[in-house]
Amino acid sequence: MKKNSREPAAWADNHFQLRLYVAGQTPKSLAALSNLKRICATHLEGRYRIEVIDLMKNPQLAQGDQILAIPTLVRSLPKPIRKIIGDLSDTERVLVGLDLRGLQVRNAEKNAGA
Amino acid sequence: MAQRNSPAHHDIAALEKTPTGILGLDQISGGGLPTGRTTIVCGGPGCGKTMLGLEFLVRGATEFNEPGVLIAFEETPEEMARNVASLGFDLKDLARRKKLSLDFVYLEPSEIQETGEYDLEGLFIRLQHAVDSVGAKRVMLDTLEALFSGFSNPGILRAEIRRLFRWLKQKGLTTVVTAEKGDGTLTRHGLEEYVSDCVILLDHRIREQISTRRMRIVKYRGTKHGADEYPFLIDENGMSVLPVTSMELQHKVSNQRVPTGVPDLDDMLEGKGYFRGSSVLISGAAGCGKTLLAASFAEATCKRGERCLFIGFEESMDQITRNVKSVGIDFEPFVKKGLLVHRAWRPTQYGMEMHLLRIHKLIETYKPSNIIIDPITNLITASTEKDVHSMLMRLMDFLKEKGVTSVFSSLSKIGEIAESEVGISSLIDTWVLLRYTELFGKRHRGLFVLKARGMAHSPELREMLITSQGIKLGPADALLAYRDREREPQLDHQAAVSKSVRSKGNRRTAGLTRRSSRGAR
Repeated sequence: MKKNSREPAAWADNHFQLRLYVAGQTPKSLAALSNLKRICATHLEGRYRIEVIDLMKNPQLAQGDQILAIPTLVRSLPKPIRKIIGDLSDTERVLVGLDLRGLQVRNAEKNAGA
Repeated sequence: MAQRNSPAHHDIAALEKTPTGILGLDQISGGGLPTGRTTIVCGGPGCGKTMLGLEFLVRGATEFNEPGVLIAFEETPEEMARNVASLGFDLKDLARRKKLSLDFVYLEPSEIQETGEYDLEGLFIRLQHAVDSVGAKRVMLDTLEALFSGFSNPGILRAEIRRLFRWLKQKGLTTVVTAEKGDGTLTRHGLEEYVSDCVILLDHRIREQISTRRMRIVKYRGTKHGADEYPFLIDENGMSVLPVTSMELQHKVSNQRVPTGVPDLDDMLEGKGYFRGSSVLISGAAGCGKTLLAASFAEATCKRGERCLFIGFEESMDQITRNVKSVGIDFEPFVKKGLLVHRAWRPTQYGMEMHLLRIHKLIETYKPSNIIIDPITNLITASTEKDVHSMLMRLMDFLKEKGVTSVFSSLSKIGEIAESEVGISSLIDTWVLLRYTELFGKRHRGLFVLKARGMAHSPELREMLITSQGIKLGPADALLAYRDREREPQLDHQAAVSKSVRSKGNRRTAGLTRRSSRGAR
């Protein structure tokens, strides 16, 4: 109970849980991972966790998150789930896809209101 | 450089085919779909594409020991399972028994942001995983084109779809891909350009408020196939396709004879009755006893322990059963024993093909030795004469192939031969004509055999008496003798009446009215 009450509070507002689906060490997958790390370091410092899932090793995991395209980045938290496909080379679109700006604005409003 | 006509080119074995198990489809495709290749099934909404693919998978899993994979892009497996449950297909059970792997691909473009290069490797991985999990030989992708609404980069998509088809072929998976029909093209996104092995087009059209489903094999590389449009039906047993014109007048004929159920009529046909497997037309005016004559034949069939299929376009089974009781025919025990199978439906209920298809299926199911259709004239109300003629021709060919003796009744105007009958007369082997003759102010039923191929039939016009012990025929000379005496034609009602008045004095000598009135009682 203690743990549960702490975790969601920590993740709820400004922490990002990200899953990157790849299929082996392809150039596209490697590019996506390095792009993601760079974007997160710049915009989400200390507030993110990245999990890389290689579907070559765990094909059964593709169904759960409805993965078709590779690479696919899934933002599982905060809700709702969002998906970004591609090698994440377009930083601006990645930020839009993660709804980072929108969240920042909303959080700022919320804090101001409180 | 490889020569066009190199020996190797000739040595290629005939294309291997995978049976679909769908009634009729394997026949028109010469054995099924191309093994290890992709077939596109296209058509408009509600034309039966998904049904074809599903039946291909289910039959494969249940009848040919070939497990299958279904990747559904538009409906969830739950929805699909519900849709086909009415056909007796239990997808969930097949999935539990590892005969089928179901995967639903959910595409919601609004949830997806595209940035940079990607491919559809995820789809390949899911497909491979599903194939491995059941050891699949068959795959269905329904509807692959949904991808086009899920991803915005057509360049990547086309390249990936091309790669997918190559991949399926490499893996040797016999695949059905369904696709929506486009405007002026076979498929909306031109999938047929990628797959050139086999394309099947389905069509569901409504003409004069009657729906007909049709199928055409647009393309089947490297094989002979029926090029026509074939009607098909989806019912509680799944899909069945009707091959229309595979007929080559090669049916074996039988020398065996089957009694007509009326001993006096047998006498007119060399004392033996109809040829087995021949077609018989009983035509005549309203109320002259066509159905009773056909029913007599049905009774005789059932009494021999053979099965008779009775298709009524006019009366329900109850009504026919009641009516034939009056001449001493009891259908009920035969129905109970399953010897008499009766189906009644409205001629306007279906298009011609559907009638034909239903009859086909009934014959395949019950394997009757005789079929009675009462009356065929009613079909004309549902369609054009040309359609009816072509349907009957196909039906008769089919019946002859199966060696089923057929009896058709046909309603014609009093004393006339209906034009429609002239049309089908060439298809008929034995034609029994019933007509009214007016004598002494009364009408009498006359019967004669207009034609009977392959036998020496009696040319007599006999009086037909409907008695409580069945149909009897009066003595050969009674009506003829009368007609010989009254030479002038009797077409005019007035003349007929005056004649009957004039000949009142002859009543005793003719001795006909007495007999017939006794018979009627």
